[in-house]
Amino acid sequence: MNTQPAQMKKGMQVPRAKMPERDPQERGNDFNEVPLGFTPLQAMLEASRCLVCQKEICRTGCPVNVPIKDFMILIANGDFPGALRKIREANSLPAICGRVCPQEDQCEKLCSLAKKYESVSIGYLERFVADMEMESGNIELPDRASATGLKVAIVGSGPSGLTCAGDLARLGHTVTIFEAFHVAGGVLMYGIPEFRLPKKTVQREIDYLKKLGVKFEFDTLVGRTVTIPELFQEGYQAVFIGTGAGLPVFMNIPGENLNGVYSANEFLTRVNLMKAYDFPHYDTPVMRGKKVAVIGGGNTAMDAVRCALRLGAEKAMIVYRRSAQEMPARKDEIHHAQAEGIIFHFLTAPVKITGNGDGWVTGMECLKMQLGEPDASGRRRPVPIPESDFALEVDTVVVAVGTSANPIVPGTTPGLATNKWGYILADPETGATNLPGVYAGGDIVTGAATVISAAGAGKRSAEAIHKYLMGTKENNFESNGSKD
Amino acid sequence: MPEILEKRTLASKIHQFKFLTPRLVKKALPGQFVILRANEQAERIPMSIAGLDKEKGILTIVVLEVGKSTAQLGTLETGDYVLDLFGPLGQPTEMGNFGTVVCVGGGIGIAPLYPLIEGFKSYGNKVITIIGARNKDLLIKEKELGTVSDEIICTTDDGSYGLKGFVTDALSKVLEKENVGLVMAVGPVVMMKVISDLTKKQGVKTIVSLNPIMVDGTGMCGGCRVVIDGKNKFACVDGPDFDAHQVDFENLMMRQKAYLVEERRSYEEYQCRALNGVKVV
Repeated sequence: MNTQPAQMKKGMQVPRAKMPERDPQERGNDFNEVPLGFTPLQAMLEASRCLVCQKEICRTGCPVNVPIKDFMILIANGDFPGALRKIREANSLPAICGRVCPQEDQCEKLCSLAKKYESVSIGYLERFVADMEMESGNIELPDRASATGLKVAIVGSGPSGLTCAGDLARLGHTVTIFEAFHVAGGVLMYGIPEFRLPKKTVQREIDYLKKLGVKFEFDTLVGRTVTIPELFQEGYQAVFIGTGAGLPVFMNIPGENLNGVYSANEFLTRVNLMKAYDFPHYDTPVMRGKKVAVIGGGNTAMDAVRCALRLGAEKAMIVYRRSAQEMPARKDEIHHAQAEGIIFHFLTAPVKITGNGDGWVTGMECLKMQLGEPDASGRRRPVPIPESDFALEVDTVVVAVGTSANPIVPGTTPGLATNKWGYILADPETGATNLPGVYAGGDIVTGAATVISAAGAGKRSAEAIHKYLMGTKENNFESNGSKD
Repeated sequence: MPEILEKRTLASKIHQFKFLTPRLVKKALPGQFVILRANEQAERIPMSIAGLDKEKGILTIVVLEVGKSTAQLGTLETGDYVLDLFGPLGQPTEMGNFGTVVCVGGGIGIAPLYPLIEGFKSYGNKVITIIGARNKDLLIKEKELGTVSDEIICTTDDGSYGLKGFVTDALSKVLEKENVGLVMAVGPVVMMKVISDLTKKQGVKTIVSLNPIMVDGTGMCGGCRVVIDGKNKFACVDGPDFDAHQVDFENLMMRQKAYLVEERRSYEEYQCRALNGVKVV
């Protein structure tokens, strides 16, 4: 199958394919997706740039270990369904990861071509084969192991939960996902906007899991509607906790409770999940600020500021206390934001949000910063420049400076060990917690991270849960046997 | 999708709905709330729990039409469905024996008192209930609450029924003659604020159930943040009950006005279309 076509290894002669994108002026007015996707010819040519390295170092940069070289060869051969099948051996969410993974820090960073030339567009190609299948309308299901009759509960339907569920279903287990919201997808639905990750793409990956036999129970807040001990009483033999990022962190500066100040979680949930961009057709409103400042430099901040632009902001600004180099957001998103006219205030830290007598935001007082010594994260610490304060005129502020652990599941699961910040303690290799049969992964373990690292955690936990369940099953069988 | 087992209109624009939701009811306790979404376009609306039939698994909520989403709910009838009913959410009201408990409800805030009074009674408290509304027609649940309370006092702003005046006037009189261990107040923010000011002076412990603007109800959005003793708390996970004397009511009142313009626009468009016979989805 993996015959290497003669025309491969073009990486040194052929430049990296450019992703076709919508015009920045046009796309700034709507929520439709920005990159348009490769054509089949573009994809085949781009895949043929792969040097087919013996070592396959790129693969070591992938948190879910996608067999990159194999799928490159298949695309170069024009076998797109085969390439997708290959990816799905390792990754249940290719259309999503192809869009939102920070490839430049993972697989593409390690690509042998990256040293002297430009890396192969691994992410765009992953997206391409997944989209080809969606367009064809035929969803190909993998082989499923015969049913084990063992039940697993997954808490949360974000990237870790979906991945864990998919892998366990393929292994023959009966899997139910419990989701607090009225739709599946977690951050993929409420957090990441339509223009970066179309909701029909998310829906399609979820449909794929449904076809694999995964069941969903919506409007169920584990910890309140039903607790983890109760799930075991209901006959589940193992539980995976993938409840995600949790509570928004505020800056604790004066004025944060004025009207017009949002957490990024609230702003994005209103816009994406509740479709406030389509108000009043949809009932949930969001403030459409004219001068919007988004505080932070991560992907969430980029998502929020680009939403603000699309909601009609004349000035949509990023306020970030470090410099451009330290921004944790994906490079693609920063470029997209710049092209769309987002204003960047680097080395700037807000100290106070000011308002009018009616309680509405009118401005933000800021300090200029300079970079000092590296801190614990390895990034240079921003230090205020004395007497550098200045005012920004704003009517909306979105705070995107991070999240803290949601206390609901740990608070209602007696004995579940957490660290001092409230994140669940779990073995990084298996996701095993201190409670038997209870596993956890994603942001509720690591704190805010990426979609793919959560998916990787879900995948590792699925393997561990499978081993645990099969062990339990054998033990049960033996003990039953001895009774007979 | 939860089915409406029974709809009853209690007063103009005030409707009571009963739903069969065994899983939710099994876990729910007095003082908690649910979030309801009527249809695909609707907002997620937080609603206090107004009744829990633990045996039959039936949940009661009471809805006041104030905007488009609630007005649409008002058009639903017995046998209709809502898309989502989510909960129970928030911390239950802290129960215990306080001696004499005064439960105060204003307007739509009267509705959630029933399970609270039942709860306080089960701990051996004497419960005096004070309910108030603008006029006689809007005063709901007097009979029902009267059957579980030791004493019930009604007030109307216009004097059309019971005492003329506000619930605070009645509370003030009760505090004069009774040794009250706890005041529990549910209703408009301004009512809860006036009660808090009154009981603070007299040193009577007071719990209020806050109703800030909310989206998810699980702690994720932080939209429901309220200032308690100078610190931000999330009403959905830390509340909705708080010590009244620590609440920054001014900030809560200000934040409740955040979407007045949008709410009015959406409601007016809805009413206009409904008047003209356009089916509104």
